Amino acid sequence: MELTYWLMLTIITPVAGALIISQLDKYPNIREAITLITAFSLFGINIWLYLQHDGATYGYTFAEPIEGLAISFVLNDFGLLFALIASGLWIATSIYAIGYMRAHHETHQTRFFTLFAVAIAGVMAVAYAENLFTLFIFYEFLTVSTYPLVTHAGTREAKRGGRIYILILMGSSILFFLPAMIIVWFTAGSLEFVKGGLLNGALDPVYVLPLLVLFLLGISKAGIMPLHKWLPSAMVAPTPVSALLHAVAVVKAGVFSIVKVVVFIFGTDFITESSANDWLIWVPAITILMASFIALTKDNLKERLAYSTISQLSYIVLGAMIANQLSIVGASMHIAMHAFAKIALFFAAGAILVTAHKKYVSELKGLGRQMPFTFVVFTIGTLSIIGLPFFGGMWSKWYLISGGLEFTGVQATYWMILITLSVSSMLNIFYLLSIPIQGFFAGEQKDVQIKEAPVACLIGMAIPTLMTLYLFFDPDIVYRLSLAVAG
Amino acid sequence: MTEQITILLIVIPLIAAPITALFKQNFYAWMITLLVSICCGVISGYILLEVIDGKHLIYELGGWRPPWGIEYKIDSLNAFIAFIVSVIAIVTNIFAYRSVPTEISKQNIGLFYAAMQLCLLGLLGIALTGDIFNLFVFLEISSLSSYALISMGKKRQALTAAFSYLILGTIGATFFLIGVGFLFAASGSLNISDIANRFHTFEDMQLVVTAFIFIVLGLALKAAIFPLHSWLPNAYGFAPSTVSIFLSATATKVSIYALIRVLFDLYPVDYWQSLLFPQILLVLGCVGVIYGSFRAWQQIEIKRLLAFSSVAQIGYIIIGIALMSELGLTAAVIHLFNHAIIKATLFIGAGILIYRSNTTKLEDLRGFGASMPWTFAAITIAGLSLIGVPGTVGFVTKWYLLEAAIEQSKWIVVMAIVIGSVFAIAYIWKIVEALYFNSKRKIHIHNVKSGDIKVATASKSMGLALWLGAFSCIYFGLFTEFPFASAYAVAKGLLGL
Amino acid sequence: MMSEFNMSDALNYVAGHINYWMIIAVMMVGLYTLISRTNLMKKLAGLSMFQTAVILFYVSLGKVTEGTVPIIDQGYTLYSNPLPQVLMLTAIVVGVATTALGFALVIRIKESYHSIEENEIEAMDGKE
Repeated sequence: MELTYWLMLTIITPVAGALIISQLDKYPNIREAITLITAFSLFGINIWLYLQHDGATYGYTFAEPIEGLAISFVLNDFGLLFALIASGLWIATSIYAIGYMRAHHETHQTRFFTLFAVAIAGVMAVAYAENLFTLFIFYEFLTVSTYPLVTHAGTREAKRGGRIYILILMGSSILFFLPAMIIVWFTAGSLEFVKGGLLNGALDPVYVLPLLVLFLLGISKAGIMPLHKWLPSAMVAPTPVSALLHAVAVVKAGVFSIVKVVVFIFGTDFITESSANDWLIWVPAITILMASFIALTKDNLKERLAYSTISQLSYIVLGAMIANQLSIVGASMHIAMHAFAKIALFFAAGAILVTAHKKYVSELKGLGRQMPFTFVVFTIGTLSIIGLPFFGGMWSKWYLISGGLEFTGVQATYWMILITLSVSSMLNIFYLLSIPIQGFFAGEQKDVQIKEAPVACLIGMAIPTLMTLYLFFDPDIVYRLSLAVAG
Repeated sequence: MTEQITILLIVIPLIAAPITALFKQNFYAWMITLLVSICCGVISGYILLEVIDGKHLIYELGGWRPPWGIEYKIDSLNAFIAFIVSVIAIVTNIFAYRSVPTEISKQNIGLFYAAMQLCLLGLLGIALTGDIFNLFVFLEISSLSSYALISMGKKRQALTAAFSYLILGTIGATFFLIGVGFLFAASGSLNISDIANRFHTFEDMQLVVTAFIFIVLGLALKAAIFPLHSWLPNAYGFAPSTVSIFLSATATKVSIYALIRVLFDLYPVDYWQSLLFPQILLVLGCVGVIYGSFRAWQQIEIKRLLAFSSVAQIGYIIIGIALMSELGLTAAVIHLFNHAIIKATLFIGAGILIYRSNTTKLEDLRGFGASMPWTFAAITIAGLSLIGVPGTVGFVTKWYLLEAAIEQSKWIVVMAIVIGSVFAIAYIWKIVEALYFNSKRKIHIHNVKSGDIKVATASKSMGLALWLGAFSCIYFGLFTEFPFASAYAVAKGLLGL
Repeated sequence: MMSEFNMSDALNYVAGHINYWMIIAVMMVGLYTLISRTNLMKKLAGLSMFQTAVILFYVSLGKVTEGTVPIIDQGYTLYSNPLPQVLMLTAIVVGVATTALGFALVIRIKESYHSIEENEIEAMDGKE
């Protein structure tokens, strides 16, 4: 019973934090102290939940607008994984943001920190959602609450980006996700997440494919092509937002939802039996390759990272679509591993922007010698994303490939999976690793005044970087929680 | 004792209205109106609590026994409608304080508030009375005062809009009166429950069918049910903001209430079922939803857009009635409540836009939302409710409607809801896009002195009214016990379960 | 079984309901005026006639053949039904109020449009 209160605190804490932060416009130091306190307490609460979680059900219902359709939350392994990553990285991002926002002389910082806390509350609600209905509501909530963060700059360009952001995310979820949810309700009479699949046995296997397509289109936060355009558009946001929200929280809420739907609404066995995934796997696979190729052509560093994110997100979707135990483990581990690596990359990109004022890859030649720390962080992040040993990213790729090898459907798809996974790692080397290599070895920067970013930024960068290293040697937490998802 | 209190709902505004007319200053006239609406709100809330568990309150006017005297018979439906009307009146009045002096000429202010109270009186009267002729009288009291109110709009089109509303409204009322006459000729009674009880003794008369058609046509005109809605867009579009808020949230709802009374209490359900009336209503409702949403999408002016969206929303209510199931009726009655909240909020938003910029043309308002983020946010919330996004009131209605439709395999309804919602997304997006995303141009401010403070900020009272509405849109979308319990009690009562 | 058509029965039917025929005639004239005229004053006149027809209808409903004025007096046992007449007092008031309001609107329309012809007003509105 007591854990239920702790569970409530996961949402109350950031909301309360946001309320206090919003009142502290005149006292920036106290405001940021509160941000950090909130972030640390939230992480602490999640850790406590993880340690105390004994397999019993802890949950509560907030409201029940329609009988059987409740907004309720429950402590679950997968949610715990997501909540731990998001709240942990919130600490790193907060530290980083304090340095970044001040160094970059951003305006409306109070609004920024307030909305950030609100968005994190939304993430917690998504993570601990007990049913699809709750998930959907907070999925939408996350879109709306992050919108002002995306358009933070208030410029024309920011608004144009924000317009695409809100149009694609909200439009697709209302047009596809909502109807899909309603269909599930009317076939199964419930929207609960059930082990083994809610629809397993309730739905004619013929309809699995169309319904699954509806979900894939509707959950456009996962960045599957062709509804991926919002993510590059969202890059107009300040870097901390791009880092936490558009490499971790928002996009991961998308893939998190997809994995949830696949595992608990359809059930992996049900999907495999209905062979709905035989050809659907091609969608994430093509996204992985296409996004990698597009990333190669992008000179804007943040946009290149955005396309890299799109490609990496589809790894997770791919894992979910393969729908066997190993691939699901891989997918949910990749949520964690990619989060740490990608946030490090974004932090590095932000540090370059804030001190060297450089946005484009072509301007970075030789910069590594002036900003060695930043470029080392970037290198480590890159290596982890490629999936090389000594970095956490290796484990998730390992399980994804093992899952792919066990794929039992159509032969062509089998080969497609394997080719995609290997080719895209190669592409990673080209479009990501080339950046630090050039930074260290190529060319010479004319401006010798450039120094490292503010200390707060460096601390923020160090945390996820160390985590990627640590997770190679001890991936146990992530693995255990992922295994619980796969059943 | 409780019975006696019901008549106060009529008496208070009736006495207050002429007194209000004597005042010239905005503050006093407004104060009286606000007090009157708060009194009505408290009383109707109290009555609602009394009857929600299926009890009836009966008040005999002047002590005359029904069916000779006029009887006020309050069940959960009446009380619910009266409650909606008086709560909306309170919210409207909060808004009115700042808005009325800018839109109504000084010598008319007292009269304006008096007419508002008369309109409130008429609407409450319709809700309370159990006598069908008395219902006609109240219908005309509310209509006459709303013609006058609408004609006070700033633009001269308000006059023509009021005039055509007057013509159509009077035709509707006269049709209703003819129907009542026929029914009286057949039954010799005007008391709704008396007629219903003795219905079998005269149901074979041809007269009764004719009476039915006339009564329903008359009420449908007043309720602006597609295709009899032609008066509505102009009337709501050109009325003063305060009037648009109040009428859009209550007037058509109360007429629909009267229609529900006629369909379920006056006439036996199987009687009009055999006339294929549910099917007709269903088709009209569906076409109304699609047509209204489509026309709303075409509009270039916020208030007219909202007015056409009302036509669509009335369609949803009609669909709910036509499904004739417990769920369908629940959806219809809940939507009476939900739509009142949503539309009041949106029209308050439009009122604030008018207050600050003197225009409602989307073209002229481009980029205006950025300078009023809170107002804009509230409009967006209400807009999302109109679309039916989960977590808002609109979702609750649409969900029950869908459930009721799928239960009976009425796929046409599902289609209509889907198409209507898609257009709703389109027209709400149109507002959001114009207000927020379109580049800021020089905003045309007519008739406002430069440097006037009101251009810079909306007043606190307006903001309060707006956020009360926006908050309710979410609150009642999450915690549905109150509207659901009321609506469910109503639906059960109507179907005699 | 169809009864044979009988001229005198038909005449009786028509003559016996002469009041209703007249009412229908008045009503139709009113409604027709209302719809066909573009002059707002004439529209109001039509509306008034339409309402008057309904009032007549009610009053004739209450008439009982051979009945007298409904005042209790010895020697009379058969009265007309007073209720419709009472109702019509209210309806007349409503009708008067409607017409008065209509006239007021017409005056205001005339002031601001300088016309009371519907088509001219519509043309002016269309330009705005």
